[in-house]
Amino acid sequence: MRKKEMIAMLLAGGQGSRLGVLTSNKAKPAIPFGGKYRVIDFPLSNCINSGVDTVGVLTQYQPLTLNQHIGIGTPWDLDRRVGGVMILSPHVKRESGEWFQGTADAIYQNVDFIDQYNPDYVLILSGDHIYKMDYSRMLAFHKKNNCDVSIAALTVSWEEASRFGLMNIKEDSRIYEFEEKPPEPKSNLANMGIYIFRWDVLRDALERDNKIHPDSDFGKHVLPLLLEEGKRMYAYPFSGYWRDVGTIDSYWMANMDLIQTVPDFNLYENFDKIYTDADHQPPLYTGPNAEITGSIISEGSEVLGHVYNSVLGPGVIVEEGATVSDSIIMEECYIGKDTTIGRCIIDTGCTIGDGVTIGDGENIKNVHKPLLYDTGITVIGEHSTIPDNVSIGKNCVIFGKTEPHDYLGGRLESGQSIVKPMNANGVRA
Amino acid sequence: MRAVGMILAGGKNERMGELTRTRATSALPVGSCYRAIDFPLSNMTNSGITKIAIITQYNSRSLHDHLSSPKWWDLGSKQGGMFVLSPYLSGDNSLWFRGTADSIYQNLTFLRRSNEPYVVISSGDCVYKMDYNDMIAYHECKNADITIAYRQVPDNDDIRQYGVMELDAAERLTDLEEKPLEPQSDLASIGVYVISRPLLIELIETIVSEGRYDLVRDLFSRYRKRLRIYGYRFDGYWRNLGNIHAYFDCNMDFLRRDMRNSFMMQSPYIKTKPKDEPPAKYNNMARVTNCLVGSGAILNGSANRCVIFRRVFTGEFSSINNAIIMEGTHIGNNCVVEHAIIDKEVKLHDGARVIGSPENLYVITKGMEVRP
Repeated sequence: MRKKEMIAMLLAGGQGSRLGVLTSNKAKPAIPFGGKYRVIDFPLSNCINSGVDTVGVLTQYQPLTLNQHIGIGTPWDLDRRVGGVMILSPHVKRESGEWFQGTADAIYQNVDFIDQYNPDYVLILSGDHIYKMDYSRMLAFHKKNNCDVSIAALTVSWEEASRFGLMNIKEDSRIYEFEEKPPEPKSNLANMGIYIFRWDVLRDALERDNKIHPDSDFGKHVLPLLLEEGKRMYAYPFSGYWRDVGTIDSYWMANMDLIQTVPDFNLYENFDKIYTDADHQPPLYTGPNAEITGSIISEGSEVLGHVYNSVLGPGVIVEEGATVSDSIIMEECYIGKDTTIGRCIIDTGCTIGDGVTIGDGENIKNVHKPLLYDTGITVIGEHSTIPDNVSIGKNCVIFGKTEPHDYLGGRLESGQSIVKPMNANGVRA
Repeated sequence: MRAVGMILAGGKNERMGELTRTRATSALPVGSCYRAIDFPLSNMTNSGITKIAIITQYNSRSLHDHLSSPKWWDLGSKQGGMFVLSPYLSGDNSLWFRGTADSIYQNLTFLRRSNEPYVVISSGDCVYKMDYNDMIAYHECKNADITIAYRQVPDNDDIRQYGVMELDAAERLTDLEEKPLEPQSDLASIGVYVISRPLLIELIETIVSEGRYDLVRDLFSRYRKRLRIYGYRFDGYWRNLGNIHAYFDCNMDFLRRDMRNSFMMQSPYIKTKPKDEPPAKYNNMARVTNCLVGSGAILNGSANRCVIFRRVFTGEFSSINNAIIMEGTHIGNNCVVEHAIIDKEVKLHDGARVIGSPENLYVITKGMEVRP
């Protein structure tokens, strides 16, 4: 096979358990973001915009949506004769099958794939961050400093610093120490989980570390090992928009960043675009009585009612008299007549009946999962149904095809949940 | 599939004025994100046709640009493909296409190298949705040599701009007159034909050798008694982008629910080249009603009854009514636009006014700047 100077390995197997029902049927990188995109579109588009045309995508948790979305990589121009995008899932080897036990283990299990391209460098990415970055500049930095490893570093505020994995560096950006979420940070340079390794250095380290740690992890094992051995490790400074969308609140906030009149994160530039697999191509329609302000609306949607400060995915229908505000409505949802929705995340393919109210009442934390649902946002899982004329409070979770009798007196109080059981095929009743 | 497709997209249309000064009529933007040719092209691929020739000539750049890759219409296969054919110089020929039949004649190799029994021919500048399989089945059922799709022209449409057909009780063509002064029926050809491939090759060679170059006049009309030519009635929506008013009305038709459902929401879908624009953005001052909006648009002003294409920007306190605003056009603050067609990449400076009337639509040429 033809040599590639650098190939990318994209870790997309994580569940993202803090996203609750949003990740119950799909991996975190597959969650819709910004209306028409999915989270993984950002690193994938960055790759092709940076000239990285060979990407291995490591999947593990609920890969169906992700596999369908990526296909042969056409939307990102990653349908290549040599290289392109390749889905790498855990598989049976000789005697036994093995799951990916850790981030570095996932790469270790795919050493053969990487070797095929005989790369000089390997770029490690994760599939759960929203940002634009030119990895070719990072590679230039890597070469200029003759690095063994370079790590993208984000300057965060000192108050937030103790929530991150931090890097302590010398004046020339060389890393001398890693600290994982220290209570008293010595630096405010956060590890963004974006690494360039010299492939021979990484390959050797993976082989050695695998013998000690079967659950080999970059942050916990491989990077500290290489640092200890005195390898040349440098922090590549990144400045620009970068968000982790790991919680319901951070996911909601990052979406809302896009609806600012002049957003911090600009998707409307003519260069370095973000690409996605668009099922829907038709324009959107705004009806005669519609009112839409402070919102972004995707292809094929039809808004006949009112939409304020919201993000709508493709193919969403908002009927006459309905009002959607401060909400995220994903692909192909139907919002019935005279329904009022506030501060709500509605996942793909939901049907909300007529005359429904969602998001009113007191802000009581979710009774079952108070740590996940505590900011007043009600979340409706994918392909759920809500019957006509019911009202639903804040921090509620609804998942499945609900019936009028599921709502006592037509009401689901704040902090309550209705999660329908799954049948043997994993389909919710 | 039992047919190859041919789309005749080379024609020049004088009545479209500035809109076709630098583009082919088949490349006219329609319905916020499509080009006219997307309709026949998608109809063909949706009917299972995998090998399609698109014959271009006049302002072919605009079409070549749009048809840069066959994959957007699912036409990238090894067994078929999309063949964009333009006039070329060769040892024994240095002519432009002298007519529709000549344009097929100069590309007969495409037909000779195919094996499919039939050819489906469509014009490239008509907006319609049709399953050609039904028409081929009808063609076989009638044991026809040629089948011509037609429609009954409503009273409010001037039939004298079409090829008018007279049919007998069995739907067999008895007369066909192109753009007649005194039409003898209200049935008009919609420019969609089914014909056997070997017969088409034979007929085209014959008429071109006689110095005849027009498909309708020199073939269909002239051979109507010798060959079994049948009409195939089509009752769906069909519009020819023949003049500026037809173009404007066709775009406005997409604001109707039945039209959106039929063309945009119901399978099989009309496909077009993707542009990777972000979702449309409605800022706080936007007041947009009864509009189609393309992706990547940023709207700050008011708009009513408009077809707004991709990447259009409208400024605060701008007011746009009954207009088509094409891709990439920038409308500044406090602008007024009424009864207008604003072509691509136009810049309206703050306070500019572009006011036409229903009878006299104001057309602004691609790339112009308009100052107050």
